[in-house]
Amino acid sequence: MSWTGNILRVDLAAGTCTSEPTNMEWAHDYMGQRGLATKYLVEETDPKVDPLSPDNKMIFATGPLTGTIAPTSGRWSVVCKGPLTGAIACSNSGGFFGAELKNAGWDMVIFEGRSASPVYLDITNDQAELKDASDLWGKSVWDTETALRDRRGDPDVRVASIGLAGENGALYAAIVNDMDRAAGRSGVGAVMGSKQLKAVVVRGTLGVTVNDPMALMKTSNAAKELLAEHAVTGTGLPTHGTQVLMNVINEVGALPTRNGHDVQFDGAHDISAEAMAEVRESDGQANLVSNHACFGCPISCARRSKIDPTHFTVKDKPQYQIVSGGLEYEAAWALGAANGVKDLDALTYANFVCNEQGLDPISLGSTIGAAMDLYGSGAISQEDTGGVALEFGNTEAFVAMVEATARGEGFGKELGQGSRRLCEKYGHPEFSMTVKSQEFPAYDPRGIQGMGLTYATSNRGACHLRSYTVASEVLGIPEKTDPLVTEGKAGLVKAFQDATAAVDSSGTCVFTTFALSGEEIAPMVDAACEGDWSVERFVEVGERIWNMERQYNIAAGFTAADDTLPERLLKDAAKTGPAEGSVNRLDEMLPEYYELRGWDASGVPSAETLGRLGL
Amino acid sequence: MTITFKLYAGLSEYLPEGATRNSTQIKLQPGDTVNQVIDRCQVPRDLAHLVMLNGIYLATDQRDQSQLKTGDTLAIWPPVAGG
Repeated sequence: MSWTGNILRVDLAAGTCTSEPTNMEWAHDYMGQRGLATKYLVEETDPKVDPLSPDNKMIFATGPLTGTIAPTSGRWSVVCKGPLTGAIACSNSGGFFGAELKNAGWDMVIFEGRSASPVYLDITNDQAELKDASDLWGKSVWDTETALRDRRGDPDVRVASIGLAGENGALYAAIVNDMDRAAGRSGVGAVMGSKQLKAVVVRGTLGVTVNDPMALMKTSNAAKELLAEHAVTGTGLPTHGTQVLMNVINEVGALPTRNGHDVQFDGAHDISAEAMAEVRESDGQANLVSNHACFGCPISCARRSKIDPTHFTVKDKPQYQIVSGGLEYEAAWALGAANGVKDLDALTYANFVCNEQGLDPISLGSTIGAAMDLYGSGAISQEDTGGVALEFGNTEAFVAMVEATARGEGFGKELGQGSRRLCEKYGHPEFSMTVKSQEFPAYDPRGIQGMGLTYATSNRGACHLRSYTVASEVLGIPEKTDPLVTEGKAGLVKAFQDATAAVDSSGTCVFTTFALSGEEIAPMVDAACEGDWSVERFVEVGERIWNMERQYNIAAGFTAADDTLPERLLKDAAKTGPAEGSVNRLDEMLPEYYELRGWDASGVPSAETLGRLGL
Repeated sequence: MTITFKLYAGLSEYLPEGATRNSTQIKLQPGDTVNQVIDRCQVPRDLAHLVMLNGIYLATDQRDQSQLKTGDTLAIWPPVAGG
């Protein structure tokens, strides 16, 4: 139990919704959410499929703990082949949608084919139906969610939808639920748009049945106590949010700035958590209004923000003069430091637009930074940008590009294809700060060596959430390691990757791992689910998932040559800070990583490794 | 001698008067150590989790020995994380 045992299969071409039993053998081997959905994708699709064709499938997946009393049990994922990367895509979201889907009785929803016209999926418990969405096509996430809630006449329904970016095929379009929680990375929103699926609305009242309720109560309470008592999850994250990292990472000299030209940003403080809490002179209010929690979350790290109503971005736009999802660290970095922009309210506005129209702020910000680099080098001009002087630090130009990308207009259409395609088109592929075509996030691998290996080997393209070695290398969790050395980083990255894959497959949030380990999470899975879920099995499932994703990518055409970093990180030394004079030394880590993984020198899992993991 | 002293997140309240943007200049005596500065500013040692001297982390057992020199930047955070 804790799996509902039911999968909803939606054939968009035929317009049908059918129920089938969850493959429990696979559930026992891959747990749920990221792992189980990827197993289905692997079994049911060709890895060489065009990601935006009807033959690609898209899976909304919950984990066994989603919707239970376990802390942070609001997580759900979208799995498909990613259009930005051509690799496996798994994008994880919070909010309340996932728990509602689980309470409606579904482990997963598998979307296949393409609808002939725009539709949305309407779910109430075991009843599911595709409905016409012609009137919703062209609307934002915010308007779609409001319209569907009004249409259902039920304030408790939950909605996941795409905005204009997903409709227009921006390759890093997101799927947004609960107005400002997003399956943000790798372009899952573009896949949803390619299927002409505008939204999923769900109401679930069935509850989630667990195997041993008393044991789950006991293990969940123990975990909640640890989360409450821990200085990070009990105080740091709820008070300051992830944005507290802005000044930390700038201080250690690992804040990628102006498309990676620098590793420290003179405007870091202006866009930090501390600045968000400062009272503005203009209206006597702070940018930060409150924190906010997802379903079942005692951490409550999310930010709620309000832009100064007189700010140029919103003064004539009352729809943005609201309290809405505020800046997280990655978004603030990408929209700010990566472009040299230090106007906090402008970044908040850009973040609102990302939520409103469904865009990944990391890829958006980094791509605009790459475009600024192209502009500065003379590779593009105002003729290309529609008359915009796209210089680093130009706030008005930045805002114009955000709006153009969200609407898919003018140069924004090109920005929506991501920095790799943009930079290749204009003759400077080296300006693209990507791995496997996905923009890397807010940690410069010249100042944090382990993050170089993390980005290079991430199965979904550059990503911090596949192996957050920053926790150890900078923050001292669970123990401090030196960010400037490469020794030991191969093992650190592997351990983080396997553990994170397991957590991502459980239905809980990876932020719990600042306070909890497998010693606390596995017992909750064990209590909720049938079968014995030891810590060892939990981590082994993570390793199995990692290798399955690797195999998928190899079958899709990726090789060891793709396990690399942008040339700028490997050849251009950091100019300031503790890493001054250093590049990322990926070549010192990658061979050891392959060996620890049980892969050959070409990065291919050996027969012995595959056999050991049952792959 | 003078150093730049920064306190962030929940430690901001311990900043000396006149500090702006979480930062201030403070005057020290030659030989002053990191822990002496922490104590003088009444920052609880158990909250001084991330202690960075010129961006480089100082472990707890290094803070009594680390002597500051003019021009140094000492930045301190309580336990924080993100991602």
